[in-house]
Amino acid sequence: MNSDYNSAEMMTVTASRALENGMTCFVGIGLPSEAANLARLTHAPNVVLIYESGTLQTKPEVLPLSIGDGELCESALTTVSVPEMFRYWLQGGHVSVGFLGTAQIDRFANLNTTLIGDYVSPKVRLPGGGGAPEIATNAGEVFVTLKHSKRTFVKDVDFVTTLGFGRDGKSRDGVPNIGKGPTRVISDLCVMKPDPDTKELIVTSLHPGVSKQDVIEATGWDVRFISGLETTPAPTAHELKILRDLKERTARHHAGESVGEKS
Amino acid sequence: MAEFLSLHDAVSSYVKDGATLAMEGFTHLIPFAAGHEIIRQGRRDLTLIRMTPDLIYDQLIGAGCASKLIFSWGGNPGVGSLHRLRDALENGWPRKIEILEHSHAAMACAYEAGAAGLPLAILRGYVGSDLPKVNNQIKFIECPFTGERLAAVPSVRPDVSIVHAQKADRQGNVLVQGIIGVQKEAMLAAKACIVTVEEVVDDLGVGPNACVIPGWAVSAIAVAERGAHPSYAYGYYPRDNRFYKEWDAIARDREAFISWLDENVLNTEGVQQ
Repeated sequence: MNSDYNSAEMMTVTASRALENGMTCFVGIGLPSEAANLARLTHAPNVVLIYESGTLQTKPEVLPLSIGDGELCESALTTVSVPEMFRYWLQGGHVSVGFLGTAQIDRFANLNTTLIGDYVSPKVRLPGGGGAPEIATNAGEVFVTLKHSKRTFVKDVDFVTTLGFGRDGKSRDGVPNIGKGPTRVISDLCVMKPDPDTKELIVTSLHPGVSKQDVIEATGWDVRFISGLETTPAPTAHELKILRDLKERTARHHAGESVGEKS
Repeated sequence: MAEFLSLHDAVSSYVKDGATLAMEGFTHLIPFAAGHEIIRQGRRDLTLIRMTPDLIYDQLIGAGCASKLIFSWGGNPGVGSLHRLRDALENGWPRKIEILEHSHAAMACAYEAGAAGLPLAILRGYVGSDLPKVNNQIKFIECPFTGERLAAVPSVRPDVSIVHAQKADRQGNVLVQGIIGVQKEAMLAAKACIVTVEEVVDDLGVGPNACVIPGWAVSAIAVAERGAHPSYAYGYYPRDNRFYKEWDAIARDREAFISWLDENVLNTEGVQQ
C-alpha cells in the first residue's frame, strides 16, 4: 500500500526507527537531524535531542539549516555553552547515542569528513571533524546514515577523521571509557551492522526492492550479507505523512524567513 | 574599563598586522561587521582562530588577510563548502595559508583553558583519529592519578578576540543571549577583546544567571546594528539562510567574489558609529 515513496524517504524512516524513547541523542546536522526529529514526531516522543551548539532537549518545529539555528535554541529546555556541551554532557557520559552523517565510510565504519587525497595537497577539501571525533568515542553507541555509492562506501577511507573500529577493526579494544562505536549504518539501500568479531560492516537488511547485486555494485569492498538477511519494513503511511509535513514546513520556513539582503 | 569606540577605531586600535585573532559566535552572533572593517583596513598576516570559519573567515581569507587558520569545522552550514577557504588550501589563492585543524571538543576546551589562564586543555578525545598525525599541537598525556591516556592541546590565547552581542549598558557590561557558543571563553582568553553590539541601553534588564560579561573585562565596545548579519542575533533578527545559500555561488568564482567584496565591503562605510 505504500509503494509511493522514494529511497531518500526509505532511508530517513529507517534511520528514525533506530531511535527509541529513553535515548539521549547527540544529533548531527542534515540527514541525522531529519531522522531524529521524525522519530520524535512519531514513535519516540520522549527521545532527548541535543545539538553541539549547546541546545539541550530541543524540539524544533522545522529542521534547522545550520547546527545553531535560532529554532533549536527557542524550542530547547535550556541552552548551555559549547564547552559545557562537550565536557559535561558528552564527555561526562550523558549521551546514549550519537547520530552522524559523513562524506565517506569504510568497511570498519571509520568516517572521513576531512579530505579526499593527500592532506598537504588535497584533491577535495571537506569541512573537517567538527563534533564527530569525540561524539563517536564518548557516546554510548553511534548510528551513521548516508547515501550509498562506491564513492561513499569505500574499502579504506583516505583519512580517519572519526573512529569507527580503526584500520584493523581493533582500535577500540582495551581502550577505557570508550563507547561501543557504530552499531548500525543506514543507507538508501540497506542497513549494515558490524560483525561481532571482525567489526567489518555486513548487510543485515535490504530495503524493499533492493537486490544484493545493487548493494554489491554500490560498495567499494567485497561486501558480505548476514545469513538470514531480512527485508527492511517499508515506511508506513503515518511516517510518510509526518516526514513530508516536516519537510514542507521546513522549506516554507527557510524560504520565508530570509530577508535576502546582502551584508 | 570598556571604552566606547567607533568600529573603525576599535579595529584600528586593537587589530594589528600579524596578530592572532579569534572572532567567535557559534553560528549565532558572528561578528561580520567587524570582519568587514578588518578587510577594509587591509590587515595582513593574521592568524585566524574560529571553531567554524563560516562565511566570515571565507571572506577574510579570500580578501588576503590571513596567513594561518586554526579551526575545527570549515563548511558553509547546511549548504556545502567554503570555496574561498578551499581555493586558498587547494590552489594558494590569493595566498597560501597554513592550517591547524582540531575537533570542536578540543577547541572548546582550549578556549576554556585560555580563559582559565592555563597553558593546556585536557580531554578524552582524538581516540583513533588521524588528526593528531597532521596537527603537531595535539599530544597525548597520561593521567597521573589513573594512568588513562588523554589528549592535550595548547590553550587558545589570542592577541585579540572579537564577539558580537545583543547589548551593552552604559558602563560597558555586555549581555549575550541565546546560543552562547564560546563567546565568554574567547573574550576572557584574549589579551584584548572588542565587543560589537546591536544597541547600548540604560539597563540590561536580566535575572541573576544571565551570561553577562562585566565592562571591566572588555577592552572596547562598538555599536554595529545588524552587525552579525547574515548570521543572526537572537531577539533582533533571524539568520539569513538565503544569503548563506547565495554565498555558495559568489564564493565559487574568484571574479564574483571580488565584485561582491568591492560592492558590499570595500566601497561601503560599514555599519558603525
